[in-house]
Amino acid sequence: MTGYQITFYLISAFVLSMGILSVTTRKIFRSAIWLLFSLMGIAGLYFWMDVQFIAAVQIVVYVGGIVVLIIFSIFLTQQSGKEMEKAPLGRTIFGALAVLFGFAFTYFLIQQYDFTATGKLFDSDVARIGNAMLNTEQGGYSLPFEVVSILLLAAMIGCIVIALKIKPTEK
Amino acid sequence: MSEVPLSHILFVSTALFFTGMYGLFTRRNLITMLMSIELMLNSVNINFVAFNKYLYPEKLDGIFFTIFIITIAAAEAAVAIAIIINLYRSHHSIDVEDATEMKY
Amino acid sequence: MNYSSYIALIPLLPMAAFVLLGLFGRKYFNKSAGIIGTGLLLISTVLSIYTAYQYFFVDGKVGDTYQTITALKFTWLSFSDTVSIDMGIILDPISVMMLVVVTFVSLMVHIFSLGYMKGEERFATYYAFLGLFTFSMLGLVVSSNLFQIYMFWELVGASSYLLIGYYYQKPSAVAASKKAFIVTRFADLGFLIGILILAFYGESLDFNTIIQNLTAQQSSQFVAITSASFIGVSAITWGLTMVFMGGAGKSAMFPFHIWLPDAMEGPTPVSALIHAATMVVAGVYLVARLFPLFAINETALSIVRIVGVVSALFAAIIACTQTDIKRVLAYSTMSQIGYMMFALGVSGNGGEDGLGYTASMFHLFTHAFFKSLLFLGAGAVIHLVHSNDMKDMGGLRKYMPITHATFLIACLAIAGVPPFAGFFSKEEILLAAYNSSMIVYAIALLTSGLTAFYMFRLYFSIFWNKASSPLERTGGEAHNDHGEGTFSMKLPLIFLAVCTIGVGFIPFGHFVSTDGKVLETPFHLMFSIAPVAIGLAGIGIAMYLFLYENECPEKYSKKLGGFYRAAHRKFYIDEVYLFITKKVVFNLIGRPAVWIDRNIVDGLMNGIAATTAKVSGLIKGIQSGKIQNYTLYFFAGIGSLLIVFIYLWKQ
Repeated sequence: MTGYQITFYLISAFVLSMGILSVTTRKIFRSAIWLLFSLMGIAGLYFWMDVQFIAAVQIVVYVGGIVVLIIFSIFLTQQSGKEMEKAPLGRTIFGALAVLFGFAFTYFLIQQYDFTATGKLFDSDVARIGNAMLNTEQGGYSLPFEVVSILLLAAMIGCIVIALKIKPTEK
Repeated sequence: MSEVPLSHILFVSTALFFTGMYGLFTRRNLITMLMSIELMLNSVNINFVAFNKYLYPEKLDGIFFTIFIITIAAAEAAVAIAIIINLYRSHHSIDVEDATEMKY
Repeated sequence: MNYSSYIALIPLLPMAAFVLLGLFGRKYFNKSAGIIGTGLLLISTVLSIYTAYQYFFVDGKVGDTYQTITALKFTWLSFSDTVSIDMGIILDPISVMMLVVVTFVSLMVHIFSLGYMKGEERFATYYAFLGLFTFSMLGLVVSSNLFQIYMFWELVGASSYLLIGYYYQKPSAVAASKKAFIVTRFADLGFLIGILILAFYGESLDFNTIIQNLTAQQSSQFVAITSASFIGVSAITWGLTMVFMGGAGKSAMFPFHIWLPDAMEGPTPVSALIHAATMVVAGVYLVARLFPLFAINETALSIVRIVGVVSALFAAIIACTQTDIKRVLAYSTMSQIGYMMFALGVSGNGGEDGLGYTASMFHLFTHAFFKSLLFLGAGAVIHLVHSNDMKDMGGLRKYMPITHATFLIACLAIAGVPPFAGFFSKEEILLAAYNSSMIVYAIALLTSGLTAFYMFRLYFSIFWNKASSPLERTGGEAHNDHGEGTFSMKLPLIFLAVCTIGVGFIPFGHFVSTDGKVLETPFHLMFSIAPVAIGLAGIGIAMYLFLYENECPEKYSKKLGGFYRAAHRKFYIDEVYLFITKKVVFNLIGRPAVWIDRNIVDGLMNGIAATTAKVSGLIKGIQSGKIQNYTLYFFAGIGSLLIVFIYLWKQ
């Protein structure tokens, strides 16, 4: 049992437990915090998998952006202190059954395939990623990059429009 | 380097995905539903990176997919929050059981 | 002779009267409706008499037999090459005779009604209905095929309904018109079945063709119809019996007679026209029309005979006990039609055997005149006294001399006293019965005695009986204001009385007989002593009991006790019918049918609708508006698609 493996199992246990806590706790603020820890754990997983750039992006965008956004929205809707109600029992049981079935089915499917690692070295330093992102030749990602940036623009405008409070017309 | 078989990582990501799905089914709060969706998206990210590393180490496609998914997840979370706020303004509650105008 | 140029006018002129007066009468013609109706009918009558003259005396005869002339024929509905419904007018001895009878009596009734119905608010409607009835009856008698006669049969029933229910504000009149229509309609069901049977086997609807096909012993149709049978009775017997059932209903034969006494609720001229001379003889006419078929089928003929005899006797007994003068006349009509029926029933076909047929038609002819005379006279009496009941009358001979004289003539005719018309026709019927069956002869003789008795009971109760007339006792001011009646009411009485005296001398056998050849009907002196003697005896008893007021009628009716009571209550036939319909038909058939209709048929429909609504209610719960339910359904869909594509759909 190398340290490599032990690290993996520890991190994955952490991620999973935080995830389960996040979806089952009754208090909303705690749920957000468990989510935060889970996302941090996933960033750790990325570090273990030797893709430091993605790990960094994960921390910056997800943890530092989205979770913060969620916490703000919890404050805005004044829900932070109360306990949430439970879902109806039927739905809980049915959901659990559906999830267990889905998990079993999916893992059964995956088991049938024999994924053998190629054993080659994974070279993912930032310079290489940057070159590929702005590359206009075959195998480059500049077009998706531009499209995503337009998408972000549209999303920003959309959010503002949706959440706009309409001022009353009379003074 | 490859002492952990790919199937173990896939196990983790699958479990995380279905945990998120369970949260989607059972949580009564819109914001917690959003959190569960984030969990699901993250599990997919793990999948992409693991496949890229183990099966196609000379290419970078998986990483780019992950980058784009993160980007789009951010945009989507923002829009979702805007909608939730709008809904809160009209219903004064973010309980998903209260938003049943589409009932027959 | 080209009959077709004017023959269609004879029925159509009264129909024109109906249309004109029915549509425009009340607004424009209310006062002159009578003149218009009578005028059109007068033209029709003249044409009928002209036709009769042409047919009987000029060119109807070929060789020595009267021919059946088809004056008019056109195809109305054509179903296939061989099956079609035609409309046509045929002229043969009985139809021409009926034309004369119907138009003449109708004309008399029209003239009489000018005075009788004067001042009625619905004067024009009355004449319109009379025109409709005359049209229907004329159409009936000249019909050339079974379908056409059925059509006009129903039309006659409808016009009778309209006329009986003329005073529609009286509930008893409405009930009577309904009763008449329903009873005759029920009998017409049998008629329709009979038509279908005969038309199916005879392969045609035309009278001549059916008779030809079914009487020729070797023809295939004859073999077919006599060999096919249902419940042991051959098809031809069924067909003829069913047709006779229709005829019995219209002619008020037992047991379909219940409508005729009640039909007296209509105005009296209507009773004279419909229920004395024309509509009620339609059944007799029908049997006469199909006589060649009846003659070869002994069963059907014996049914005709038995029903006729029973009706004759039955009605005569009841008529002896009734106090409403119109009802006495109604039962008298039923009895006389019974005579006509059994005369047909004892007749053979061809030559000397056909005496019954000739006698029946002769009696129909004379009966039309004296019965309508009786009814019109009764109408004049009712018009004066304003009551139908014998108790309110008496000693009226001083007040209405002409009515008295004509009524007496008619009563003598119906009693069979020579030389009036009834004597000759009755004598021939009795001769035919004597030649055929002694029982029938004996019953007929007894009935003629009863006829004389009750008719003279009626006559004496109206015109004699009281020492002082009720009119005198009540001071006579109110009722006596119009005296006996206007001139228009007296004229028809005189005409009909002349006819009653005269027509007896027509040698009817020269014109009407079963095979168209001349049938000599000589006068048998010895034979006619018996009926005349019984008739005079009946008159004598009536004179003894009713000429002057006395106690004898009460004594005798008490002595007869239960029998008298039963006869007075018309032998409870109406109660039996009421019982059957209420207790049996309504409870056993009507109520279950209603229950089935409401609960099972409607219940099935409602049940299907309710089930659909319930199922839809269950299904619409799927769209609950809750997002998480939708995600569950979504996931279920994905799961099933996965299973299908990965495992089940092997490519």
